[in-house]
Amino acid sequence: MVTIINWIALFIVLVTSIGLLLQRDWRWGIGLLTTQYLSIFWLVQTHWPVSMAAVKLVTGWMACAILAIAQLNSGSSQETEESWPQGRLFRLFTAGIIMATTFVLSLRASSWLGLNLPIAWASLLLIGMGLLQLGISGQPFRVILGLLTIMAGFEILYAAVESSTLVAALLSAVNLGLALSGAYFLNLPQEEKP
Amino acid sequence: MSAPILWIFLPLILAGFLLLLRNQKVIALIACIFTLFLTLAAWLLPMDTAMAIGNWSFKVTSSFEILGRHLVLGSADRSLLALIYGSAIIWFAFAPAVKTAHRLTSLGLAITALLVAALAVEPFLYAALLIEMAVLLSIPLLSVSGQRPGKGLIRFVIFQTLAMPFILFSGWLLSGIEANPGNLGLVQQAAILIGLGFSFLLAVFPFYSWIPLITEESSPLTVGFILWMFPTVTIFFGLGFLDHYTWLRDAPTLGNVLTTVGILMVVSGGLLAAFQRHLGRIMGYAVIMETGYSILTLSLGGTVGLNIFFMLLVPRTLSLVIWAFALTILKEHSPTLILSDIKGLGRSWPFATSGLVLANLALAGMPILAGFPPHQAIWEVLASTSLPAVIWVLIGTIGLFFSAVRVMLTFTAAPEGAHWESHETGVQRILLAISFLALLMLGLFPQWALPLWSNLPAIFTHLGH
Repeated sequence: MVTIINWIALFIVLVTSIGLLLQRDWRWGIGLLTTQYLSIFWLVQTHWPVSMAAVKLVTGWMACAILAIAQLNSGSSQETEESWPQGRLFRLFTAGIIMATTFVLSLRASSWLGLNLPIAWASLLLIGMGLLQLGISGQPFRVILGLLTIMAGFEILYAAVESSTLVAALLSAVNLGLALSGAYFLNLPQEEKP
Repeated sequence: MSAPILWIFLPLILAGFLLLLRNQKVIALIACIFTLFLTLAAWLLPMDTAMAIGNWSFKVTSSFEILGRHLVLGSADRSLLALIYGSAIIWFAFAPAVKTAHRLTSLGLAITALLVAALAVEPFLYAALLIEMAVLLSIPLLSVSGQRPGKGLIRFVIFQTLAMPFILFSGWLLSGIEANPGNLGLVQQAAILIGLGFSFLLAVFPFYSWIPLITEESSPLTVGFILWMFPTVTIFFGLGFLDHYTWLRDAPTLGNVLTTVGILMVVSGGLLAAFQRHLGRIMGYAVIMETGYSILTLSLGGTVGLNIFFMLLVPRTLSLVIWAFALTILKEHSPTLILSDIKGLGRSWPFATSGLVLANLALAGMPILAGFPPHQAIWEVLASTSLPAVIWVLIGTIGLFFSAVRVMLTFTAAPEGAHWESHETGVQRILLAISFLALLMLGLFPQWALPLWSNLPAIFTHLGH
């Protein structure tokens, strides 16, 4: 039963991370990130006690709330991406490459770290998608989403090898710090273009 | 009272309090007095020893427990604390003269405290998390109010954040190596992860693209503070790795890797500095060169390399403060810092322009200036080990020297009949004049800086002996 839920969590990670890559409306972005943290919570609780894993969920949702409030205050609904290329088909194609690559890597990582395949794949997929997000976008909101996604992937992997309370607290502080940085970026007044 | 409370938590609390104040001079005064107190306390107070003042006795304990882990600042760390907080005073003292005291002193104090916590935390691998928190705290410091975050700032956040997972994960691998030292595969994986982590943290080639961008975008004094503080603490963190892990210290390829990386940074930084048209970017490339020099000194090995690294710290701090301060003065009054727009500025801003050129020359290792003695020591030791390395370093140095000459010629290219006048304020003139004197004195009498760093090697049990 647990293994089946792990696979479901992986599926949610897959859908939400690709969704984060494709979305152009911030509301969808926040919604997808919120859902993503549910599966992250599930995958982390396979190694940590539920009470500790819940910290990830609460922190993640707090980060989402911070970003959502900042977006509401900034008043922008869609951002025009200045980087090339912008097409959804291209993003879908690169996401496919990341999926395939991370699957191959997760086969080795799962045996090396003694993790279930869906857990290893989910974490590497999140790291890969986060890096892709950073690579194709320079918008502060998307950069923060990318960094939060990378952090989420890393935290799943790291939970398997480290269960220190201090680390959990500091990682939560870093996640919240990233979200607050995103909020700060969003609320800096827009630069006037000549 | 425990040492971490005194040197970490109290500065953090005061930083929060300073954010509430508005008067620049009051903020700077409080920060400077408090930082001076921390410096003197680090210099004078022994750890774990009972002391009596009249009827009152107290002891500064070295350890503080937090969530099952420890923050430890022992006796050996006192000189490091004195150096870090002592240098911070200089930055804070210069800040009100260019109206950056509010953000620089409050956030700067918090960043300093977090980075000290990074050096104090045990297991020391958790330092990566505290460094990341300091990075996030430096975002408001580096952003320009009224403008969207620039590319440099975004890249700074990305690269510094990416460093953290690599360092943390390498820590897990390193504990595996300690249990099974014969596992060469594990050693290789750990070395790659550590290398990547420190490459991001130290902005090693090719991950330094954010430095010239950020020096162009943000206030030079605040950028200067960040570009002084982060590499310094990161290298101390890196030295902690080398000191702790014998296999890493004794790795046969380590020296070659450090030499190559160091030379690459010195050469690329110097050559790129020579062709820049923006004064801020030149400072950025000079900082890259300085990180390269630090890495190069570590490649020299033994206590000699370590001593030269410590020798670089004081002149670097002084030169960077002067450079960043002068640049901030010019930025306030010039529409841009592009060379074509600042022609002849030497006639109207003689102190700031002289400071900028002198600091540039000092970092290029010009004789009789503060940067010369440590650079000369690097040349001497490097020449005895590898002549090609010396030639490459010479190319980089010539690049930075060329940029100084180019900037000097631009400053002096005033139209005929332009009068000499000084637009700097009295405080700015006094601060710059004292700094010129310090640059010169440390160049002529480098031994005067010796008490500031002579005890630093004691921090490292294996490297320092």
